[in-house]
Amino acid sequence: MSHDNPMRMRENAILRVTSKGLIPYILLFALYVQFHGDFGPGGGFQAGVIFAAGFVLYGIIFGLDAIQRLIPPIMVERGAALGVVIYGGVGVVCLLLGGNFLDYNVLSAHEPMHGQHLGILLVELGVGLTVASAMTAAFYYFSARAR
Amino acid sequence: MSSFAGHWVYWLSIALMMIGLYAVISRDNLVKKLMGLNIFQVSVIMFYVALGKIIGGTPPILGPGAEGFAYFSNPLPHVLMLTAIVVGVATTAVGLALVVRIREAYGTAEEDQIVQMDRDEALAAERSRRVRR
Amino acid sequence: MVSFELLLFLLLVATAVAIVRMRDLFAAAMLTGIFSLVSAGLFTLMDAVDVAFTEASVGAGISTILFLGTLALTDRRENQQPWRVMPFLVVGLTGAALLYGTADMPAYGDPNAPVNNDITKEYIEGTEHKVGIPNVVTAVLASYRGYDTFGETTVIFTAAIGVMLLLGGRRSREEDDEDDASTGPRSEEGEE
Repeated sequence: MSHDNPMRMRENAILRVTSKGLIPYILLFALYVQFHGDFGPGGGFQAGVIFAAGFVLYGIIFGLDAIQRLIPPIMVERGAALGVVIYGGVGVVCLLLGGNFLDYNVLSAHEPMHGQHLGILLVELGVGLTVASAMTAAFYYFSARAR
Repeated sequence: MSSFAGHWVYWLSIALMMIGLYAVISRDNLVKKLMGLNIFQVSVIMFYVALGKIIGGTPPILGPGAEGFAYFSNPLPHVLMLTAIVVGVATTAVGLALVVRIREAYGTAEEDQIVQMDRDEALAAERSRRVRR
Repeated sequence: MVSFELLLFLLLVATAVAIVRMRDLFAAAMLTGIFSLVSAGLFTLMDAVDVAFTEASVGAGISTILFLGTLALTDRRENQQPWRVMPFLVVGLTGAALLYGTADMPAYGDPNAPVNNDITKEYIEGTEHKVGIPNVVTAVLASYRGYDTFGETTVIFTAAIGVMLLLGGRRSREEDDEDDASTGPRSEEGEE
């Protein structure tokens, strides 16, 4: 084990194979947590963080350039803003449909409970998008500074 | 007087809080201060969540798993603390970014050296201003 | 099981003491990850499953990454601290005052505590009849207290902007050469 020529992480067989096997399941689990927040513990915050953890793992092992090729920094910056816009947009749509701000009952014409389900789904999507983008952005900026 | 069985959670939360506070006020390294703040935050969340716990209760999720339990644990502290955790990590991120910039500007991340450098610079500026007059 | 909670809590206190005393910051960052994970286990024992999920993913995941990222950009070891008595006094006084304040608190796990009042009952029953989803915490977070969650999402967005403004600019090459030579603070002209 020579320390003057360290092997890069993407050349290490164990790290490469394990992470390539795990990362799809991490992202899938994040999607599961996002949409099953209504039925068990979970929701937008946890799902966003797990998404970001998957991306960060890929970035750590295969390099910042690899992950930034997949998810450019501009997409991450816009994603953070888009999440907040989605959340506020749901509230404004409720206003336009005649209810109060973020009053989900008016989102569905025939059954208020369906409106609640739709409202909660969209709002958690917005939250998940913002949290995932913010955490990935933080990782990008910290890594880019180290260059 | 309060009993141990009824209050040990609060006492241990306060102990944790004081450990975090000690790290923030006594350690000079900025990153160590932020770690102490992290400990402090977790202890406050622990305290809050312990307020909502009901012995003999179940997590506040309705459904077939919750049959046979008389109480649900209070969901309101959980909601507030969920918010607090995520906001806490966001502020930790900003704090660590500030530490990185301070390290780049001063060459060190130890508070006593930074304060000393600022004092030396102010002293040198004062001296040069007096010479010019 | 009260005793298991006590064991986990004592482990948490021991980990916190180790984090404070450890001078190798890399090891301390790893210990904060362990601290978050043990606290997540404790939250689960206190029936706070959503909080435990969030603390495990956020504390043991993202927070550790941020600390390690910072340690890559700054020093790995902490300097030896001089022995000071003032922090112990401050901490002791504050702790004593807080302990005195817990004398009037309700017992741990008491169903008749003042915090379990009508609002809680309304949230739980309203979730069953008006919102219709099983997870009461998500219903309260997204529907009953949706406005607060909106504010929180904005706070996370603002934090991302803050990190972008602080670390997003280009680090000028002259700074790196000056880093080795001088010992004083940088002047404003030397930056960027």
